[in-house]
Amino acid sequence: MSRGTTALSPADAPSSPRSLLALDSRFLGPILITGILVAAHLSFGILEGYERTGVAIATAIVAEMALGRLTYRKWPHLASAYITGISVGILLRSPFLWPYAFGSLISIASKYVLRVKGRHLWNPSNFGVSAELFLAPATVSLLSIQWGNTLWPMAVIWLLGAAIVWRVGRLHISATYVASFLLFSVVRSAVTGNPWLANMAPITGPMYQLFIFFMVTDPKTTVHPRWAQCLVVFLVAFVEMLLRLAEVVHAPFYALFVVGPSAMVLETWLESRAAPRR
Amino acid sequence: MTDAVRLRALRLAWAGLLLASLAAVVALNRPAATGGDSPASDARDRYGFALEEAAARAGVEFLHQGPTFDRQLDHIMPQVASMGAAVAVADFNRDGWQDFYVTNSAEGSLNRLYRNGGDGTFRDVAGELALADVNRIGVSMGAVWGDYDNDGYEDLFLYKYGRPELFHNDGGRGFTPVGERAGLPRWVNANSAVWLDYDRDGWLDLFLAGYWPEEVDLWHLKTTRIMPESFEYAENGGRNYLLRNRGDGTFDETATAVGLDSRRWTLAVAAADLMGTGYPDLFLANDYGASELYANRGGKRYVDVSRETGVGRTPKSGMNAAFGDVFNDGRLSIYKTNISEPGVLVQANDLWVPKPAGAGAGLEYENLASSLGVDLGGWSWGAQFGDLNNDGTLDIYLVNGYVSAADRTSYWYDFSEIAVGHSAIIADARNWPAMKGRSLSGYQRKRVWLNDGLGRFTEVAQVVGATDVHDGRAVALADLSNTGVLDVLVANQRGPFLLYRNTVRPGRHWIAFELEGSASNRSAIGARVELHWNGKVQLQEVSGGSGFSAQNQRRLHYGLGSSEQVDRVVIRWPSGRRQTMEAPQIDALHNITEPR
Repeated sequence: MSRGTTALSPADAPSSPRSLLALDSRFLGPILITGILVAAHLSFGILEGYERTGVAIATAIVAEMALGRLTYRKWPHLASAYITGISVGILLRSPFLWPYAFGSLISIASKYVLRVKGRHLWNPSNFGVSAELFLAPATVSLLSIQWGNTLWPMAVIWLLGAAIVWRVGRLHISATYVASFLLFSVVRSAVTGNPWLANMAPITGPMYQLFIFFMVTDPKTTVHPRWAQCLVVFLVAFVEMLLRLAEVVHAPFYALFVVGPSAMVLETWLESRAAPRR
Repeated sequence: MTDAVRLRALRLAWAGLLLASLAAVVALNRPAATGGDSPASDARDRYGFALEEAAARAGVEFLHQGPTFDRQLDHIMPQVASMGAAVAVADFNRDGWQDFYVTNSAEGSLNRLYRNGGDGTFRDVAGELALADVNRIGVSMGAVWGDYDNDGYEDLFLYKYGRPELFHNDGGRGFTPVGERAGLPRWVNANSAVWLDYDRDGWLDLFLAGYWPEEVDLWHLKTTRIMPESFEYAENGGRNYLLRNRGDGTFDETATAVGLDSRRWTLAVAAADLMGTGYPDLFLANDYGASELYANRGGKRYVDVSRETGVGRTPKSGMNAAFGDVFNDGRLSIYKTNISEPGVLVQANDLWVPKPAGAGAGLEYENLASSLGVDLGGWSWGAQFGDLNNDGTLDIYLVNGYVSAADRTSYWYDFSEIAVGHSAIIADARNWPAMKGRSLSGYQRKRVWLNDGLGRFTEVAQVVGATDVHDGRAVALADLSNTGVLDVLVANQRGPFLLYRNTVRPGRHWIAFELEGSASNRSAIGARVELHWNGKVQLQEVSGGSGFSAQNQRRLHYGLGSSEQVDRVVIRWPSGRRQTMEAPQIDALHNITEPR
C-alpha cells in the first residue's frame, strides 16, 4: 500500500519547503485512503483510536525526513511516507502503541537499507507489517474486520480503488491478482474440502482491498513490463495459496514479501546483464 | 569524506537502526509482568495467598456436558455448542454458608445445587429440591439468584437456549417453577441475565439478553442462515427483555418501551450505578460487535451512551462484564474480556476506567487494560474482581480457552478466513469450514492478576496454584468457609467443575457485609458500600449477576491489608437511604438490615 514509496534520489527530491507539500499526482492515493479511513472509522469504528494511526503516520514522516535529509541532503517528498504510515496504522492491530511506531520506522528504514542497484526491494509497509506479524505475534495482529454488514461500503471501496489504480495505469495488476486469487481459492477448496465461499471470503474484507489496490501495485517495487507485473502478482497469489494450504494466516503479506523482492532482484540482474550488450 | 564514503557510512547506520528496531520488536513482544511459571511453595509469602483445587475433596464432583444441536451444525458443533457451564452463588437456605448452583447443558442432563455443609464439604441437593432435572425444554446456559418476592429467600432464575424458568424458593426447603405464571418469554436463546431494581420500586426486575435470535430452535433448524451477519458488526442476534416486577409474582416486558431494543449477540451483562444517579445502568458485553452502555434515566427509560462514554466505539468479541474499584478511589471500572490469539487476532481485553473529570452525564471511560497489564488473556471468558490476598486492592481472576479438542491442532486458520467474510457468507453455517476435531484456542493457561494498587497488575496464576487448562467459562468468588477469604469457583465447558480453596497469609485483615433491604429489594441488589480506611476508599455494589454466566456471593468482601481499623462505612441503599457506620469491627462479617 505504498504508491511511490521509495527513497528519493537527489534528482527527484524536492528541496524547497514550498515543494514539500506540493499537490501532485502522488497525493491522489493518500487523499483517497485518508477519506476512506476516516469514513470507515466514523461509520464502523475500524480503528481503536486515532492516536495509534497518528503515531504510525508521525513516525513514518519524521523517519523519512530524518533519513532522507541526512542521506541526500535534501528534504524528501512526504507523500510516500504518509502512505506508509497510514498503511501501518490501518493494517496493524495491537493494544500497544509501540508496534505502530516501530512498524513505520522499520518500513521507512527498509527503503534506505535493503537496496540493489539504487532500487529498494520491498514495498515498505509490506516489509514493516510482515516483520512485526512475524516477530511479535503475541502483541500484533492484522486488520481483520469488515466494512459493516451491508454491501454498499464494499462496493464503494472496490469502485474507488479500481478508479485509483486505473488512473495511475495499474488496474491490470489488481485485476490479475483478483482473478488469480479466485482461481486459487477454487483449487484450495478442492484440496481442503472446505466450502469455496469460505476460501474466497477474505477478499470481501477491507484488508484485502487495501492490499489489492495499494500494495501490490506499488510502482517502485514492481517490475517494469506489464506482462511481468501480471506474472509477478499471479505468482504472489500462487505462493499465497501454498501458504494458505499450510494454514499461514497472514499469507498474502508473506507471499508478497517473498515474491516481490525476488522479482525485483531478478529483473535488476537481467537488466545488468543486458546493459553491456547495448 | 567523499559522498560515496558518507553514503556508505549512512547506509551502515540505517542498517543498524533497522536491526535495532527489529530487535526491539522482538524484545517488546512479551506477555505482561508475570510471577513465574511454576507453582511455588512460598506463594503465600510472595503474593499473600495460595490456591488449591479441592473440588473432589469437598464432595463436588461434576463434569459439564455440552448440548448437541441440529445435525446441520455437526461440522461446527464444538463452537456453536460451546457455552452453558455456569455457576451462581447464594445462601439459599439462610444458614449463613454460601451455596452454589451449577448448570449442565446436555439434553436431559442434571444441574446441581451444592449445599454448603459448613465443614468444608458440599452436598448436591438439586434433585431433592427440584432444581436438577431442568434440561428437557432447552438446555441451561446460566442462572442468577435474587429474592423477587421479598420473602427473604433467594429465588433462582434459569436462562437457557430454550424456555427460561423462574424457581420460587420455598423457605430453603424446595423450589417451585413459577415462570409461566410470572409471564416469562416462551423461548429465549440467552447467555446472560441480571437481577436489578431498575425503577427502584423495591421489587427486583430482571434483564435478560438474547444471543441467538429467539425464533431459532437450535435443535430443529429451518435454515442454516443463523450465524452472525458479521464478526464485528452483527445486529441479527437475540432481543433483550426487561422484565419489570409488578410485585405480585408477575412481570411485564418493558425492554422496547424503555429503549433497550438492540439485537446484539450479548454474552454478558452487569448492572450498577455507573452514572451516579442512584439508578442502575446496564453494561452489555457483546460478541461480534461493540459493547453497549445504557444510562438509566430516572427508572423510566434507558439511553444508549455507548459511544459518548467511549466503551462502545470499537467492535470486539465481548464475553464478560464485571465492575470493580481498581484504584480505591470510589469509582467503578468495567472489565470486559475479548479474544487474543498470538499470531492471529489480538483484540485484547478492555479495562474501562472512568476519566477523572467525568461524572454524571459527562462520564467518559478510557481503556487502561494494556497500561495496567490485564489485556492479554487468551480467548478470555469469565472474569471477576475480588481481593484474593486481602491486601486492600481488587485483583482479577480470569478463565479462558474456547475449544480444547485434539492437542496441537488448530481451527484458527479456517476461523480467520470465514470471520472476515461478508455477511452473505459468514451468516450461513453451511459456509463455515468443518472443525474436524481441531482445537480453537484450547488448553489455555488461566490468569490471576494481582493489583499492586499503584497502577500495575502482576500475573501469578501458575505460582499461586491456578494451574488448570480446561475451557473455562464462568468464575465466581465466594467465602465458602466464612474465614474472610475469597475462594474461587470455576465452571468449565465439557470439563470438571473446580473449587479453588484460598489461604491468605496471616496478618491480612478483612471485613465483610451481608445486606438485607427493607424499603429496598430484600436482596439489597444495587446497594453501594463505600469503605473508608487508611486514607483510601473502596466502592463495591451488591450485584445480581456479573462476569460470564456467573454470580458472586452477594456478600461484600473487603481486604484491609495490615490495617487494623476501618474509619467508616457508608451504605447507600437502592431506596436512596444512606447509612453510616463508624469504626466497624474488622475481621468480621456484619449483617446489616436497611433501617426503616
